[in-house]
Amino acid sequence: MITIIDYNAGNIKSIQNMLKRIGVKSCISSKPSEIETAEKLILPGVGHFDYGMMNLKQSGLVDVLNKKVVDEKTPLLGICLGAQLLGNGSEEGNEKGLGWIDMDVVKFDKSKLSENLKIPHMSWNEINIKKESKLLEGLDNDARFYFVHSYHMKCNDEMNVLTNTSYGYEFTSAVEKENIFGVQFHPEKSHKFGMRLLENFMSI
Amino acid sequence: MRRIRVIPVLTLQNEKLVKTIRFKNPTYIGDPINAVKIFNEKEVDEIVILDITASKEKREPNYTKIEEIASEAFMPFAYGGGVKNLNQIEKLFKLGIEKVVLNSVLEDNIALVTEAAKIFGSQSIIASIDVKKNIFGKLNAYKISGSTKINYSIDDFVNKLEEAGVGEFFINSIDKDGTYSGYDLALINQVSSKTNLPIVVCGGASSINDFLPAIQAGASAVAAGSMFVYTGATRGILINYPKQEELVNKVYQQL
Repeated sequence: MITIIDYNAGNIKSIQNMLKRIGVKSCISSKPSEIETAEKLILPGVGHFDYGMMNLKQSGLVDVLNKKVVDEKTPLLGICLGAQLLGNGSEEGNEKGLGWIDMDVVKFDKSKLSENLKIPHMSWNEINIKKESKLLEGLDNDARFYFVHSYHMKCNDEMNVLTNTSYGYEFTSAVEKENIFGVQFHPEKSHKFGMRLLENFMSI
Repeated sequence: MRRIRVIPVLTLQNEKLVKTIRFKNPTYIGDPINAVKIFNEKEVDEIVILDITASKEKREPNYTKIEEIASEAFMPFAYGGGVKNLNQIEKLFKLGIEKVVLNSVLEDNIALVTEAAKIFGSQSIIASIDVKKNIFGKLNAYKISGSTKINYSIDDFVNKLEEAGVGEFFINSIDKDGTYSGYDLALINQVSSKTNLPIVVCGGASSINDFLPAIQAGASAVAAGSMFVYTGATRGILINYPKQEELVNKVYQQL
C-alpha cells in the first residue's frame, strides 16, 4: 500500500485523485503505526517550511519516517514543500529539515530575475534532466510540470541533483538520493507528465 | 523560454455550465464535468471555475459538484463563488482545489484574505475584481456578479488587497466579457502599474493573437471563457484549447 502522509500541510486529495486515475490505491494517514507498514511513502506539502516541519514533529512522525526511509530504505517521494523538507533547512524559517539529502532551501534570488518574472514562480515549466533515473523513465526535457514556489532547493552534492529548471536562472527542481526522491513541482497537477512520473515512482 | 499560463474560465449557475455576454444573458453550455474532462485531454494549464450566482442567491458553494470536478481536474483548479468565510475555504481545499477566488466578500471583510493567506499560503488566495466603465469612461470595481459598485477606486482596492496578502489578482472586464474584442489593455496597464503580484486577465479574448498584447501590457496569465467553449462567431458550442506548439510559437517564443 502506498501511504500519503497527512501532517496537515497541503494538497493531499489531489494526489490521491491522480493515483486513483492511474489505478493505484492509496491511503492517507497521520498515524505512525500505519506509516510503519507502508510500502511506499509520499510526503506532500504546501506552505511555510517551519509550519510543515513543526507539524511533522507534533504528529510524532519524524522517528518513524527516519526508521522507514533511512534504515529500511522505503521509497519516499517528497512533493513541493515535502521535497524541501528532505534537506538541512530553509531560509524561510529556523527549523531544521529532515536532513536526508545534503541541500539547503533558498529564496529565489530576485536580483537575477528580470522584472516580468514574479515570485512565486507560478507556472508550467520544463525540466533539464541531469542524471538517469527510474523516476523519469519515458520523460524527456520537453516534459512540462506545474510549479508554485518562492524558495528552491540547492544541493551541496551535485550527485543528488536529478533535474534543473530555468526561471531567471537554473535551479534544482528535483533531487534523488538512493530511495529518496523530491520534486519541487506538482506531478499530481501536471497531466500526463505527472501521471507518468507517479507511475514510475510506483514501479520503483 | 518563459511560459505564461493560459486559463479557461468556466462559469456556472449552480450545476449548469453557462456563458454570459457582459455578465448578462447566461446561455446554457453543458455539463461542467464533461468540459473539465475535455480540458484534461487538451492539457490546459489551469482552470478557473466560478459559480456566478452563488453570492447573488446567497448560496453556499456546491461542495458535491466541486468535489466531483476536482476529482477529474489533473491541472491546478481554482474555485470561486459564494465563498464568505474560513470554514468554507478550508472545506474547499480539502475537496482538492488549489486556489480559492474571492470577490463579493472582499470589500466588507478584507481580513478574511489575511487569515486565509496565513493558513493556506498567499499563492492559494486569488482576489477577483470585476471592472466596468462608467459613462465618463472611468473604470470602477464591482462585486456580486457585477451588480454592485465597490466604494474603493480600483487602485486603492488593489493596494489594500495586496497589503492584506492575496497571492494573485483575477481582473475581469465586464464590458469585454463575451465580446471577442480583445483584452482591455488600458485596464491591464493600470492594474499592473499598481502591483507586483501576478495578474490573470479575463474578458475579450477571441484568439491566441490576443494573448501577446495582454502580456506586454503587464498580465502574468491570460484567461478566457467564450474563446474556449465556443467555435467561431456563430457561437457553436465546442470545448477547445490551443495546441502546445501553437502557444510556444505564437506566444511564448515572442516574449
